[in-house]
Order: sequence, then C-alpha cells, then structure tokens
Amino acid sequence: MTKEILLGDEAVALGAVHAGLTAGYSYPGTPASEIMEYLVRAARRAKTFVAAWSVNEKTAFEEALGVSFAGRRALVSMKHVGLNVAADPFMSAALTGVGGGFVVVVADDPGMHSSQNEQDSRFYAQFAQIPCYEPADHQEAYDMTREAFDLSERINIPVMIRLVTRLSHSRAGVETGEARPQNGLRYGDRQCWTLLPMNARAQFKRLLELQPELIKISEGSRFNNLELNPADRSLGVIASGIAHNYVLENFRDGANKPSILKVATYPVPEELIKRLVAHVDKVLVAEEGYPLIERSLKGFYGIPGKTLIGKLSGHIPLAGELSPESVRAALGMKPLERQAPSEFKPAGRPPQLCIGCPHADTFKALNKALEGQAKSNVFSDIGCYTLGYFPPYSAINTCVCMGASVGMAKGAAEAGVFPAVAVIGDSTFGHSGITALLSAAAYNTNMVVIVLDNCTVAMTGGQPTFTSGDRLLKIVEGVGVPKEHIRVITPLPKFHEQNIRVMKEEIAHPGLSVIVAVRECLEEARKKNKRE
Amino acid sequence: MTTSRKQDIILAGVGGQGILSIAFVIDSAALKEGFNVKQAEVHGMAQRGGAVQSHLRLSKDRIYSDLIPRGEADLILSVEPLEALRYLDFLRPGGKLITSSTPFVNIPDYPDKDALIGQVRRVPGSVVIDSEALAKEAGTSKAQNTVMLGAAAKDLVVGEDGLREFIRVLFAPRGEKILESNLKAFELGRRAAL
Repeated sequence: MTKEILLGDEAVALGAVHAGLTAGYSYPGTPASEIMEYLVRAARRAKTFVAAWSVNEKTAFEEALGVSFAGRRALVSMKHVGLNVAADPFMSAALTGVGGGFVVVVADDPGMHSSQNEQDSRFYAQFAQIPCYEPADHQEAYDMTREAFDLSERINIPVMIRLVTRLSHSRAGVETGEARPQNGLRYGDRQCWTLLPMNARAQFKRLLELQPELIKISEGSRFNNLELNPADRSLGVIASGIAHNYVLENFRDGANKPSILKVATYPVPEELIKRLVAHVDKVLVAEEGYPLIERSLKGFYGIPGKTLIGKLSGHIPLAGELSPESVRAALGMKPLERQAPSEFKPAGRPPQLCIGCPHADTFKALNKALEGQAKSNVFSDIGCYTLGYFPPYSAINTCVCMGASVGMAKGAAEAGVFPAVAVIGDSTFGHSGITALLSAAAYNTNMVVIVLDNCTVAMTGGQPTFTSGDRLLKIVEGVGVPKEHIRVITPLPKFHEQNIRVMKEEIAHPGLSVIVAVRECLEEARKKNKRE
Repeated sequence: MTTSRKQDIILAGVGGQGILSIAFVIDSAALKEGFNVKQAEVHGMAQRGGAVQSHLRLSKDRIYSDLIPRGEADLILSVEPLEALRYLDFLRPGGKLITSSTPFVNIPDYPDKDALIGQVRRVPGSVVIDSEALAKEAGTSKAQNTVMLGAAAKDLVVGEDGLREFIRVLFAPRGEKILESNLKAFELGRRAAL
C-alpha cells in the first residue's frame, strides 16, 4: 500500500483507474474538472485506457454508456448542473442496465462557489432509483469508487458517486491498493438496451423490483456507521458525507458524544435510521445540500413522540454550505472563543477578468456599439465572460445555463427587444449553443450572436475546446447563417474603432448575424509558452 | 519551528499570488514529518483575481473537518493585508497573524493602507512584512508568497529544512534562477520575522 496526497476529485479518478477503468468522459465544470484532468494525465502515462473531454455532459454520458454496453468499465464525471444536461440518458440508463460497471460521478457545489445553483444530485439518484455513494473523506472517495464499479456490475445498473466542493477541492493522504485488470469485450443484450415501450416496461419492472434489495445493500454497507451512546438518550445525530466530519469535529475530545449515525450510501439505510431514532428522544439531521434524509424522516407527520431538527426546522440554514460552526450551533453547543473581527468589514473582492483579457476588449467595443440603444439587451452565457457583469464593463444582463444566451436572445428578439445580442464562448457554443443558433438561422431572427473564441475552456483551467477557429466558422456557416453576416474580429485595443463599426453594421442588419471575436486566452498562451 | 501535535493555518491572498504554492510546500514537508494533512482550497471562478484562501490542517491525530472551525486557527498567513483581515474570526485567542504589508489593489473601494495595518496591529503579536521590497531584493516581485512563507517559518510545526526541500521541489522545474530567487526570498522573509 502506498499513500499519496490527492484532491478528493483525484481520489475518485485514481479509484476508477484501479478498478479497471476502460474509458472515462467528462465536460469541464467546477468542482468536477480535476477528475478528468487527473485521468487525462494518468492515461497519457499508462496508455492503457481512454480519458477524453467531451463536447457536453450528455455526449460524455452516452460515450461512457457505450463503453459499458461493450462490457467494459466506464466513468462519466460532471458538475451538478451538468447532470441536467445529461439527464435524458441518465434516467433511461437506469432501465437499460449496464454491461461493464458504470459509475456516474457528480460534484455538487453547495454555496455556489462557482455555479448558478446548488441543486443536490442525491435527488437525481433517488429519481432514477439507482444507488449513490456519498464519501466523507478522500480515502472513502477512493474506496467507494472502486466498490461502486463492482456494485454496478453486480446489480446491473449505473451507480452514482456524489461529491461536494469541499471534498473535491481538498487534499489529503489516500492509501491505495492493487489495480484490477480491465474487463474483456462483451456485448449488451438488445432486448434490454432497446427501450421500445414493450422492452422498457420490462426493464422498468426489473428496476422497481430491485429496490428492496438496494435498500438492503445500503443498510449493510461498511461505509455506514451507527454508534449508540447507551448512557445518553437525549440526542441522536444523523449525518451524511462531509456533514459527518463537521459533527465529529465538534466532539474531537470524545466527551459527551451523542449517538451518531453516519449515512454514506443511498437509498437511505432505513433500518439503521430506525435503530437510531428508537434510541433517542431528539434527532438532528445534518446533510450537505437539500434536506433529503430529513424530509424522508419528516414526511407529513414527523416522528411521533420525538423531536426532529435540521434544515427544515431552521436549526441549520437551508441555503449555502455547511460549516463546523453551523453544525455546532445545531448541536446546541456554544461557539468557540475567537479573535474579534476587524473594526471595518473588509471590502469584497469579486473575481474579475485578467488584465489584457480579450473579452474585456470585446465588451468595451460592444458597450460603445450599443450606446444610444436604450432598449438593447445582452444575453450572456457561462464562462469567464460572465465576469463582464461587473464594473467597469457592466456589459451583460443574463446568465442562466450553458447555451441559454442564444435561445434567450431569439425569444427576446421575437418579443420586441432590439438590439438583442447573445454573447457566448467558443466551448459553451459547442456545448449547447449550436442547436439554438440553428433555430435562429431557420427563422432568420433579428439578433446578433457574438462568439468569443479564446481557443480554450478558460474558466475551468484551459481544457480543450472543439468549436474554435476554422471549425467554429464552418459550423456557423453550416447551420445556415448567411456568409456575409458572419464577421470575424480581433478584440485588441488597436482594432477598437473597427470592431465597434462591425458590431454596429450587424446590429443594423435586420436578420441574424454572427460575429466571432478571436483572440487566445492570455492565461493559456502564457501556459503554452512555459511548456515550449 | 514550534512543537505541537496540531496546527491549523489559514493561508490568504488574492488569486494568482501563489497561495497554493505555499500550501504545497508546507503540507509536503508536514507529511514527510509524519503529520496527517488536510488542505481545502479554492478553484474555479474565484481564482480570477478574487479573494482566495486555503485551510491547511496539520495534525498527528485524525483530522475530521476539511474546514478550520472559527476560533481554531493557530495562524493566519496572508500575502496581502486586506485579505489578512477577512479571516480574523477564524483565529483562536492567542493565535498569530503574519501578513504582508503590500496591498493588492484591484477594487475601487480598497481601504487606506495605514488604517488597514492599524487593524492588523490590533491582533497581539502580529507580524507585518514588506514582502514586495524583500521579494524584489531576492530577484523577483513574484516571490512575495515565498517571502511570507519564510516569515512564518519559525511559527510552523514543520522544520525549516523540510520547507527548503519542497521549495526546491516546487521551483527547480522552473529554472535555476527562479529557484535561487525563491530560496533567497525564503531567507529574507525568515530573517525579517526574527
């Protein structure tokens, strides 16, 4: 056994490699990106398995599903909102079943450090009726990933690993074991994998009949742990994942520890919960994310004769990330003594575009081009350029989800907004913008789409983009945008006046225009120079 | 070097100042000395010129939380004075504050520098280092993070030789000149805090 310092994300990745991974796929997104970053590096060294960035999460999921169909082990990783994009194959893969072990790793972002919402992926696992592991630390992230592949193969459905930012982006030592060989090639049964209604009904029945067994498996998992305090029945704590760490942190000296049930697997291990609840008068549920366990305990009527506290009762905030302090307060312990905060509140320091960033030049030109257009609106998307929201640019009015800029601009234009401008990065365009542009081209909607081509996926650390340069221009032309209204500009201060002119011309054109602003991300150019 | 079974450190600064590099040096050295290590860091959006911090926990015993509880930090080590103040309530009574005096001004409402340092001085035993001057003296203004690491050396639970070893591991691949500058920056910071 060797011990390595790994990010939580990396522990999952290494666990997958050691479980005999044949192929992993992903689309970048904080806090999940480092899973595939690690796999790509490891695959380059080992040359025995595939690790590839995909165009979006749905594509990544389907690629992984194909690997599983072929009897071999597959992993797909993404951030929480990525699972929305992949939700279609995700929900149905629970019906097809798997060939080789199929593990879906989803990293949630409670507190929205780098996300537009804080949805809890455990609900997706519950929705699809598949098992889910929730590691509390790095060792579990590694061990659970290995086990998840075995479980997936044994019960013949996909298995989810749910991470959260604090584990994904924290480092700790992990003891690793021997690598298992990869599976051989074996093809899926067409009756299981062809979800025609007649087949799908049978497959759904199988999934439903599997549920009692899944609960039993969860109840018997070595990762769950029930410790009853025979001397004190006043309080019992149910804590899942990283919340369990925060509970134990507050009893580090071991004194006055209440009964504690650690939940690490789903479906919720009912029997263990019943045993804890029977032992105590009051139950505190601490979980990172939405109150999944708490809600299932509460139901409509609560627990007769017992007190149940947690997020729903207001003892722990419903929004945001847990902390050792918020859990401590819910445990009824007084805060630790601490240094007084400074007399003035330190001014916030939001993230911002790098000095010399190409997006900055595009926004400066766009702001000028839109001057005097009182009803203009700029629909933006997800990437570094979302920082154009902040002064001195204050250039954008929306950011909702990957690709939303183009569709929203079309809708807004049809509702009477003029000029309607969409601003979208090259990779985001490939991810979810192409179909929306196809729709706008089909209707020749009066709008301007500005594709910011910085030749990389910048915000998440410079992963490869598939829709940059010449291919991007061909796609834009290919979906039906008239060639004379596809304009390429270089966002540099010396072309400022020229760029404003191009934008004004295309705003004036009563139909669809696409302006592609091409200049490489500075950060990536710098990294490239260093490598060369 | 100080001796203790555990040390909780908040590393603070602005995205791009090299917080994670300092974290790497400290936790690699700590691991070699038999400490358990947990290091929570900030990736993604916030890294772009925003406030970043890392929670670094070293302990001979088991470490539970990835985050340091408010009131548990033994040390705040900051490469920027405003960022030093942002996390004051993490510091335990008697905990130490070591900060650079060099402001990183990228926001319009950045406070007056003297007022800032005044707030830092309210923390008993706080150490203020002119990291910019020392880094320039060492050969590169980019080495302010290493200056601050040097300034904290005598207050860390890991030995100075271990810190030097991993400064080498970190900077050797970037060339002899950068390595030398950083080793010098470490020494200048260390002496400034004596």
